[in-house]
Amino acid sequence: MIKVNKEDMEYQEGMTIEDILRKKKYTFRMITVIVNGRVIPKDQHSAYRIMDGDNVDVVHIMSGG
Amino acid sequence: MDLLEMKKAHKLLARMDYELGKVEKGYTNRTLYINLSDNTIKTKPVTEQMKEIFIGGRGFGLWYLWNAITEKTKWSDPENEIIISTGPIGGITQYPGAGKSLVVTLSPTTGSVMDNNTGGYFGPLLKFAGWDALEIQGKAEKDVIIYIDGNSGYVTIEEAPLEAVDSHLAAEQFTAMYADSEEDKRNVAVVSSGRGAENTLIGLLNFSFYDVKRGVPRMKQAARGGTGTVFRDKKIKAIIVKYSGVKGDTNGPADKQKIIDAGLRLHREIYELDKVQNRMREVGTAHLTEIMNDYDLLPVMNFQYGSHQDAVKLSSDVFKEYFTQGLPDGCWYGCSMACAKAVDNFELKTGPYKGQKVCVDAAEYETVAGVGANCAIFDPEYVIEANFYCDTYGMDIISTATSMAFVMECYERGIINKEITGGLEIKFGNKDAALELIHQMGNGYGFGKIVGQGVRRMKKIFAEEYGADPNLLNDIGMEVKGLECSQYVSKESLAQQGGYALANKGPQHDEAWLIFMDMVNKQIPTFEDKAQALFYFPLFRTWFGLNGLCKLPWNDIEPADNGLTDEPAKVPEHVRNYVDIFNGVTGKNITKEDIILQSERVYNFQRIFNLRMGYGTRKYDIPPYRFMGPVTKEEYESRAERYDNQLKELGYDIEGKTVEEKIKMLREYREDQYQKLCDAVYKRRGWTPDGVPTLETVKRLGIHFPDVVELISKHQ
Ligand code: SF4
Repeated sequence: MIKVNKEDMEYQEGMTIEDILRKKKYTFRMITVIVNGRVIPKDQHSAYRIMDGDNVDVVHIMSGG
Repeated sequence: MDLLEMKKAHKLLARMDYELGKVEKGYTNRTLYINLSDNTIKTKPVTEQMKEIFIGGRGFGLWYLWNAITEKTKWSDPENEIIISTGPIGGITQYPGAGKSLVVTLSPTTGSVMDNNTGGYFGPLLKFAGWDALEIQGKAEKDVIIYIDGNSGYVTIEEAPLEAVDSHLAAEQFTAMYADSEEDKRNVAVVSSGRGAENTLIGLLNFSFYDVKRGVPRMKQAARGGTGTVFRDKKIKAIIVKYSGVKGDTNGPADKQKIIDAGLRLHREIYELDKVQNRMREVGTAHLTEIMNDYDLLPVMNFQYGSHQDAVKLSSDVFKEYFTQGLPDGCWYGCSMACAKAVDNFELKTGPYKGQKVCVDAAEYETVAGVGANCAIFDPEYVIEANFYCDTYGMDIISTATSMAFVMECYERGIINKEITGGLEIKFGNKDAALELIHQMGNGYGFGKIVGQGVRRMKKIFAEEYGADPNLLNDIGMEVKGLECSQYVSKESLAQQGGYALANKGPQHDEAWLIFMDMVNKQIPTFEDKAQALFYFPLFRTWFGLNGLCKLPWNDIEPADNGLTDEPAKVPEHVRNYVDIFNGVTGKNITKEDIILQSERVYNFQRIFNLRMGYGTRKYDIPPYRFMGPVTKEEYESRAERYDNQLKELGYDIEGKTVEEKIKMLREYREDQYQKLCDAVYKRRGWTPDGVPTLETVKRLGIHFPDVVELISKHQ
């Protein structure tokens, strides 16, 4: 199990940040992904592997409208 | 008819010659007062107190209106005013989004004070013509125009019987009439409305800016709360200002370099990052449609649902094909964000201009989501057509859309029928009926006459005249304080329910948009966190309206490293830019905390203004239940897993319970949460438990004028 934006999500072997974004339908472009407190640059999202128990925050930056 | 003939028919009612002014540090230090009942034109000084407390723009508008009316004044009384003002920063050309006009009046739909923030050239040109604000009181007997010549130094009130009322024609005619040449057209700005403003309570004002590349006047809207209805009720056909000679320092900045530096930083960001962020330069705010659909926030069928499989037909990629690309679509000089997109050579299929090819200022997110998804009509050409007619008829497209969506749901639920609609089968998805209804509203006939009164009045009519259940109507009629809701589904974000329903003028997203912070990021879990967000963001956004600024360049573009800052939602680097440009213009030395303080004064004053008009307490801050949760079985079922889980987590036993029972449980919980949110927000804002600013708060803010103190003392 991992946490994504404070909610539980099933862990799957080999899953990447990109997989999480796709699964959660996080399509907004202005996001910052933080894994266990560390910001992961955008160009690493497709390769960065999540480990079981990780805490992932996908911060959507727009406070827009 | 030719322009000469139109102009010849003008009858001069009054004229005032004036010394041309000079803008110093963002102010001309005088305003222009016009009374249309007795044709008075006069100058008023801007006091230091006004600048200190109210700053400009919306602040000036509120102050003038406060002094012009009493608590008994109605929107259609001659005492009511329309005040237009930019603000000290308004008119600079070095920083994107710095040419906005703020409009304040008493609203026909809410009965209280309304503010609007719009693009177009009027506000800055008015200031450069010598006036920090234009204040119009009284009512004319026949259609008039007000003309301000900022190069020759005179103001006239003239009867103008022959020009068009509908905005796309009025803007074109008056621009051509008052420009000396094609080249000069960019120096003319027109405020106009349309026939729909005469026939509905949701009239808007169109503010023009001449598009040199296209060779047409384009328009931005001061749309909310029936401002255009007040304008036409005063029999104003147009207000025209002319000023040639806009330069980088016409606004008289104290330290131009400071502004240039901030501007360069933002221009660079926009050029480098917009294409990978929101693509505002390419598609404007239309990019939001697919985002809102993906996050279940796109209003579908009168806010019942948050997404729809056909939403892709209204995506920004679809509209991109309609928008003419590569043109500088800024609504004031120097806005490299250039989000004011347009569709050229659009052939109209319906209505009085059928068959004509027009340039349409289309389509922003609110339009696409409103007349499109919320009415379940997923047809881009219909959206563009509806957009054109709402604008040229002078009708607020948000209120039109939310009213139509409400009517469609009422029709589908059998609350109204064909007999009542005069044969219109006004079901979700029926675009022909929707367009017909827009024409009926604009032209003031048939069922359109009822719909044009807005949701609040329709609720009453449907209950009283057609025997509908008032409770159901109240639950599904998406208005608060008499203003129709803008186009976001707030059900799953408590903070946004507050963002909407606590907003001073009614549920418009320009006060606060907290859905991502609250519902997606879960950054503000406690009541105190939400209250802090509902303290900071509405105040921060209020500041744009005091200064003549556009909100979009604040957070629709962000520095590449914004996510690494302590408070990314505030966009700290841009806040620094705002401090710099304010100080650069005015020569003052404010801090980022002062931004909040400046806004807090005006914001609290506006809250007290609501109180003065008979509102402004807790009971007026409570939204219909559909803002908070599922009203109907279908809505519950569309998100059953989410709702079931929430109830289980809260300890409810839902085993064997019917959907109706679960709706009831959820409702009890959510309504209670909303009240607790109000408690927390009022406390954070320094208000009483009934939502009235305390004496201590108004003293701290320096707005303890005797009449303010007298008024709020009764509510402490
Ligand atoms: S960002 Fe868009 S709306 Fe704002 S000033 Fe620029 S062009 Fe106008």
